[in-house]
Amino acid sequence: MNDKVQEKLKILADAAKYDVSCSSSGGKRKNQNKGLGNAEGMGICHSYTEDGRCVSLLKILLTNYCIFDCAYCVTRRSNDIKRAAFTIDEVVNLTLNFYRRNYIEGLFLSSGIFKDSDYTMERLVRIAKKLRQEHKFNGYIHLKTIPGASEDLIKEAGLYADRLSVNIELPSELSLKALAPEKNYPQILQPMGAISRELVQNKEERKLFKMAPAFAPAGQSTQLIVGASAENDQQILHLSSQLYQDYNLKRVYYSGYVPISDDNRLPVLAATPVIRENRIYQADWLLRFYGFGVQELVNDFYPNLDLEIDPKLAWALRNLHFFPVEINQADYELILRIPGIGVKSAKKIVAARRFTHLTFDHLHKIGVVLKRAKYFITCRGQSLVQKDFSEEVIRRKIIFGENSVRSALVKQQLDLFQQAG
Amino acid sequence: MSVFSYDGTFEGLLTAIFEIYERQEEPVAIVRYADVQPGLFSPIIEVITDLVKAERVWVGLGKKVSHAARTHLYKAFLAEQPRVPLLIYQYARLAFASTQSIEENFATDCVRELAQINKQVFRESHRMEAFIRFQKTADDLFYATIAPDFNVLPIISGHFEKRYADQRWLIYDTKRHFGLYYDLEKVAQICLDEEVADRSGRLPANILEHQETLYQQLWQTYFHHINIPERKNRKLHLRHIPLRYWKYLTEKQPRLS
Repeated sequence: MNDKVQEKLKILADAAKYDVSCSSSGGKRKNQNKGLGNAEGMGICHSYTEDGRCVSLLKILLTNYCIFDCAYCVTRRSNDIKRAAFTIDEVVNLTLNFYRRNYIEGLFLSSGIFKDSDYTMERLVRIAKKLRQEHKFNGYIHLKTIPGASEDLIKEAGLYADRLSVNIELPSELSLKALAPEKNYPQILQPMGAISRELVQNKEERKLFKMAPAFAPAGQSTQLIVGASAENDQQILHLSSQLYQDYNLKRVYYSGYVPISDDNRLPVLAATPVIRENRIYQADWLLRFYGFGVQELVNDFYPNLDLEIDPKLAWALRNLHFFPVEINQADYELILRIPGIGVKSAKKIVAARRFTHLTFDHLHKIGVVLKRAKYFITCRGQSLVQKDFSEEVIRRKIIFGENSVRSALVKQQLDLFQQAG
Repeated sequence: MSVFSYDGTFEGLLTAIFEIYERQEEPVAIVRYADVQPGLFSPIIEVITDLVKAERVWVGLGKKVSHAARTHLYKAFLAEQPRVPLLIYQYARLAFASTQSIEENFATDCVRELAQINKQVFRESHRMEAFIRFQKTADDLFYATIAPDFNVLPIISGHFEKRYADQRWLIYDTKRHFGLYYDLEKVAQICLDEEVADRSGRLPANILEHQETLYQQLWQTYFHHINIPERKNRKLHLRHIPLRYWKYLTEKQPRLS
């Protein structure tokens, strides 16, 4: 029987790994009942895969039997692979035993769709319920919402799960139609809307009654596949910023498409677009934490992010008239927009300049990346660069100049890109 | 200009700061008794730890900086780096002399350096919360071996007490030869006469619970199968789990069969 579990774990972990979310933060679940575990505050990455992704949760599918035939997905019906299914108790035992040994923060459970949406969703909910109620498990639970599942089941899921997610996967309805014939946008957006409404309502309830049960306290997230369909970065980022606004999402994850499928509905890719994926994440961060508007990063003139430089630097180069910024006077919001200065450095600058006038030496010690920042700042009116350089020159100096470290990965990907183009 | 020596405890350091003020004598260094180098030109003043004096310094600091900032001093102390005691003294002097809180004065060396060391200690404690691997013994004790860069066991204790409230556990620091044991009621500090685990932290097979090896195996299987070979990035991998942490990680041991 143990061999059987080993075998299932192999198949069902393999099938779940393309879901990139592994976050375990943002929960508020305390261990109040002298039970097992807690999920408060920041998450913990208990290990890292060899590709450098965080391993925080036991991320598995309940089963990889699936009635759908989505081109980008390994578990699609028409793919000839080994199939397996866990029993409810197997998932519960694995979760508890991994958790007790400090391997994981909790469970991330998803599933192929067998029979129908509700039948599948009901199984997922039952596992979460069993963990919470029978085993007093307070660790993190992330449940995938099955497209088309009923609102009642989603409501129930939110009572046991810390986070719920519905994956959009394809950034436009057109590609969804082409690549995932059984799915459609309304079917995905409807549960997302239900979760979002439930989250808002629950927040109100908890204002009035502190003891009202929490609904998915770590919010909801989704995932978009990058590179499996023809959308440009502008379309992708517009969609995410809309999702952040309209559905109150905690996170949108981006997954560079790994060419796993020889399905002829898909484009031929030489390699996973990891640099593009990374640039989109950087842009996503700028939207959420740096006060940038999506139009500033991508628009009709610049529909795609620059692969060679990060989106903040790219924005600064297009908007040189905002610079140089005086470190000792500028508003926090403007300091945040300087290339080479992150949220932490910006906060330190604003705090420290109350005590003394800051110099370049201070900035260096605080952790500002002067290599990039020096073209855009002054300290007490002084600049580190002799003259005003043009956009092109700064760009070249940063990419190829002294001490520039270009990772082998960037080079390799850019080469591929040029070959393809 | 004297060298102040103390017993190596945090209370000892606070007492030393008290003495420095009382004697109105600038320290050239603050070192542990064991680290005093004979033959130095400066006279050596040996500080005897006094909890009352230590308390006065601690309370005094609490009036000058926030409690969070004060705790950061203690955490930086746990880094066990030789320059930290003097930095803490300089920080205290700055704080006592100022009418406003100096905790965000990152333009000053001691404030910024202590903030950086505190961050290092925080990172190490966070890594321990992540990388500790318990093994279950036949008598239901969950046992883990650690050898952290800094003395972080005192600050991670609360995390494990909250999280594993319903299981007995023991975390043993083989570098500093002490451990914490939780008996379902409270956490206590213990010392073992003889270490039970081998060099990679593994307990002898005869004291393990009968399913322990199975779960270690399952964890290895899981770790192996969530990897995406097409995205392999060893540099990034090593940045997240530096090699020195591998020796106690179940998933990094040779595959069990």
